[in-house]
Amino acid sequence: MPKLLIDDREIEVPEGMTVLQAAEMLGIEIPIFCYHPKLSIAGNCRMCLVEMEKSPKPIASCAMPASEGMVIRTQTPMVKKARQGVLEFLLINHPLDCPICDQGGECDLQDITVAYGGDSSRFHLNKRAVPDKNFGPLIETAMNRCIQCTRCIRFATEIAGVPELGATGRGENMEIGTYVQKTITSELSGNMIDICPVGALTSKPYNYRARPWELSSTPSIDVLDAVGSSIRIDTRGREVMRILPRPNDEVNEDWISDKTRFACDGLKYQRLDRPYVRKQDGRLHPVSWNEAFDVIVDRLQHVPGDHIAAIAGDMVDAEAMIVLKDLMTALGSPHVDCRQDGVLIGAGPRCSYLFNTTIAGVERADFCLLIGTNPRWEAPLINARIRKNYLFTGLNVALLGPSHELGYPVNYLGNDPFLLEKIKKGKHPLSTVLKSAKHPMMILGQGALGREDGDVILGLAREIADKYGFVHKTWNGFNVLQTAASRVGGLDLGFLPGPKGYNIKEIVEAARCKKIEVVYLLDADEIDMTSLKSPFVIYQGHHGDRGAAVADIILPGAAYTEKSGTYVNTEGRVQRGFKASSPPGEAKEDWKIIKALSERLGVGLPYNTLEEVRARLVDNNPLFDELDRVQRAPWAEFGREGDLSSDPFKPIIKNFYMTDSISRHSLTMAKCTQEILGRRGG
Amino acid sequence: MLKAHDRIFTNLYGTQDWRLKGAKKRGDWDKTTNMIAKGQQWIIDEVIASCLKGRGGAGFPTGRKWSFMPKDDGMTPRYLVINADESEPGTCKDRDILRHEPHKLIEGALLAGFAIGSHTGYIYIRGEFHREAEHLETAIVEAYEAGLLGKNAARSGWDFDLYVHRGAGAYICGEETALLESLEGRKGMPRLKPPFPALVGLYGCPTIVNNVETIAVVPTLLRRGAAWFAGIGTPDNTGPRIFCLSGHVNTPCNVEEATGIPLKELIEVHGGGVRGGWENLLAVIPGGSSVPLIPKEICGTVQMDSTSLCNVKSNLGTAAVIVMDKSTDIVRAIARLSKFYMHESCGQCTPCREGTGWIWRMLIRLADGIGTVEDIDRLEEVTYEMEGHTICGLGDAAAWPVQGLIRHFRPELERRLGVA
Repeated sequence: MPKLLIDDREIEVPEGMTVLQAAEMLGIEIPIFCYHPKLSIAGNCRMCLVEMEKSPKPIASCAMPASEGMVIRTQTPMVKKARQGVLEFLLINHPLDCPICDQGGECDLQDITVAYGGDSSRFHLNKRAVPDKNFGPLIETAMNRCIQCTRCIRFATEIAGVPELGATGRGENMEIGTYVQKTITSELSGNMIDICPVGALTSKPYNYRARPWELSSTPSIDVLDAVGSSIRIDTRGREVMRILPRPNDEVNEDWISDKTRFACDGLKYQRLDRPYVRKQDGRLHPVSWNEAFDVIVDRLQHVPGDHIAAIAGDMVDAEAMIVLKDLMTALGSPHVDCRQDGVLIGAGPRCSYLFNTTIAGVERADFCLLIGTNPRWEAPLINARIRKNYLFTGLNVALLGPSHELGYPVNYLGNDPFLLEKIKKGKHPLSTVLKSAKHPMMILGQGALGREDGDVILGLAREIADKYGFVHKTWNGFNVLQTAASRVGGLDLGFLPGPKGYNIKEIVEAARCKKIEVVYLLDADEIDMTSLKSPFVIYQGHHGDRGAAVADIILPGAAYTEKSGTYVNTEGRVQRGFKASSPPGEAKEDWKIIKALSERLGVGLPYNTLEEVRARLVDNNPLFDELDRVQRAPWAEFGREGDLSSDPFKPIIKNFYMTDSISRHSLTMAKCTQEILGRRGG
Repeated sequence: MLKAHDRIFTNLYGTQDWRLKGAKKRGDWDKTTNMIAKGQQWIIDEVIASCLKGRGGAGFPTGRKWSFMPKDDGMTPRYLVINADESEPGTCKDRDILRHEPHKLIEGALLAGFAIGSHTGYIYIRGEFHREAEHLETAIVEAYEAGLLGKNAARSGWDFDLYVHRGAGAYICGEETALLESLEGRKGMPRLKPPFPALVGLYGCPTIVNNVETIAVVPTLLRRGAAWFAGIGTPDNTGPRIFCLSGHVNTPCNVEEATGIPLKELIEVHGGGVRGGWENLLAVIPGGSSVPLIPKEICGTVQMDSTSLCNVKSNLGTAAVIVMDKSTDIVRAIARLSKFYMHESCGQCTPCREGTGWIWRMLIRLADGIGTVEDIDRLEEVTYEMEGHTICGLGDAAAWPVQGLIRHFRPELERRLGVA
């Protein structure tokens, strides 16, 4: 542990830390452009120069390892002059277009110039002009503003694993680009906008639409996949202008996926803003809340409780689910399910449906077996963690299932489920590798579990985990990768068929043969709607999507940015999102709608406020009291022995950019589908 | 004056056979086996005792550099890299070694490689040196055929392989870490130091990077002894070295002379005097394009060693003497150098990327008499903002000539602006 002096203050830092990090620990600010804590060190902007005793030249503090006895000064005239000089160099060719630059107001170059720069320009020659590049539908470029810090290049190469960006030319003709004009094909590309310290890379959909000081920010949680990334929702009035990541090293580090970031324009289109009732003419007619409730009460009067079913969708908050579950119990229906994709697991012990290793834990793994999953599309940030581990330790990854380009080398085993049997019996070459691994992990995708033999595969995977030491005292390498934000919460609170209750497939089947007369779809759009033609369908949700198309009653709910809700991510982390804006028109928060309906149905549910609903959640499962933490789920028996089907695993996501009712209605996501995936339509 | 029998590069002018046979006649590859038999430490000690300083421009003591190599763990490869990317304007000494004395370099590579515990050497040769690379490659083949390289090189028991790698013509690849990047197949951009190449160099392994001339003098140094080498030149700056005389002298040439020879003597004796006589001298750039020029008054008295030249705020650099007589447009001459540095800046770090172009543009304006006196001060300030703030030395190299110009020729700049 070297000890050093910075500005006459002594500090002891761990081996391998840089002078810059040591200064940060002391709260001493050193201006930076090219340095980023999550990227490799480039040391090229020269903004962080500080004075070091016994060195005639100032040193780059971001790159200099802190060592014993160093004497660093950050406030001397020499440092001040160096900073002013570097800033002047950066500014001579930087356009003075701050008034029309989207970065204005949140620009590192602006801020640092105010703090450390000179007062006027001494450059009277012509500025350099750099042609703009086309990086695709998400990133707008203004390359005149680029200060060549190479953060974007390092991000693409290191974090995203797509070495598509680079610097061409040299000296003052150095330009950042994609070598040949092409779209960046990463699901994490939007993060380059955040890490760009100037306005060279800005958000194309957000271009010229708002100023940072007009926006109000709300910390929240993303629901477009099951990672539960920490996000910041920036709103102006009712409109969500943009979504940015919040740093959270346990989950998403500093990043979010492009869908999380850019699908928010889908919140503006095709919204359900008032209740609708399908009348005799077969068309949906706008009605008041009272009328809508009247129709429901009227319809339910003559229906026995076990002829009603409820299905919860993939983005529903736990509060709405518990209220709906309580309502269904009160009505006497055991037919509730939150597993739209037909996955049959979830009733077992908690460890059988969680990402037990935890997302941060992926970094500790020394072997990774992917089964029927494409983490790059199902959870881009977990994929980024796997890549991070690969980058630092050369992690050995094997893939069993459909083949994908994941951004790191993969030992492709093929797509034959029977290989699992072989691995279990130790007859596969992989067995030797597994035996020697100390922290092996496997990730079971929904593509492997959503089949008829899903629980057999689950059982096989558990046996492999047991046999090869995937689970021991300090390690649980058994992981199920969920894709729906609401799923773990739904399973935790038991939004599952009760005794004699139908699961999702049986509900659909029973609806077809009229054993189920009423189906309550809570934001559920991903099931086969053709079978719901005969029953009376109540659709509660926020988008006029697949569910609304077959609905007899539409109750307009709130999207995730418009309500305060609890979600449990794939690792079992209970997180809370906050309301950033109001739902459109007459739409209401979901739990309130169900609660109001219950009153009209004459069913007393014992809570009136959100706090009371949350108390009910905790009462139902104490886990909901553990906010932002992951509790290790005890290892237990699960899975079933049976016959495996030889059908190959199928990919569950056909289009990363359109997976739910929000992203399906996003123009940006439609452009991505077209330009990045080269497809038309969802 | 260096005595004829003290010359190391006896075939500097290519008047004799450059191949192995001719080289052996001149004494190359003599007792190489015996020298290796004396051990690694003996070689390093001799080089340290000789006070040999690197001949590539920075003048770092070679023996000390070699002693920075970490202890051999027997696992990690160690590399010797020879910098033959000679591109400094005015400098063409390595070129003559490569084409006329390649065996001195190859023998030196074996000795140096052995001394630092390396079994592999790379010679990174400037792309434009086409014939030179051919000679070098031929000489290496000869050495392999004669058993002087490869397994049990020169019957010393030491295995040593030597490879030639041709560059693509970027000046920056002569910077040692950019050279390593280029050698690894990447864009030639200098690396951050620390760590220095001696610890983390080529492919992340301990590496010593030396100039061609530095390596090529080692065999003779070892054969004749450190005392002989240290006895030539001044106490701080020892040994003979090759000076490149160019510009307005009557007989431009490369010449091997003792370090510390008076500049005037060098020009008068070997360069045949300044064109039009000493009185016609305007200024001299004494060490390749990157060092500050010195005006005639200083040229008459200064000695050609780094200590003396540092005292007059210049440097010995690569010992490439560029002589300019009074017909020279000194501002345009320096502006031309600035343009060179602008063109060769790698663009990685801010001060050099932005500063080199700015300096050049200001200089050509001043050369044309456009601007005000403040522009001269601004130009000078900009050079100081660039100097010492960059990853590699190119920022300094671009700043110094301009600083030298303003230091000694400010009246000329003001005259052009019409204020003096």
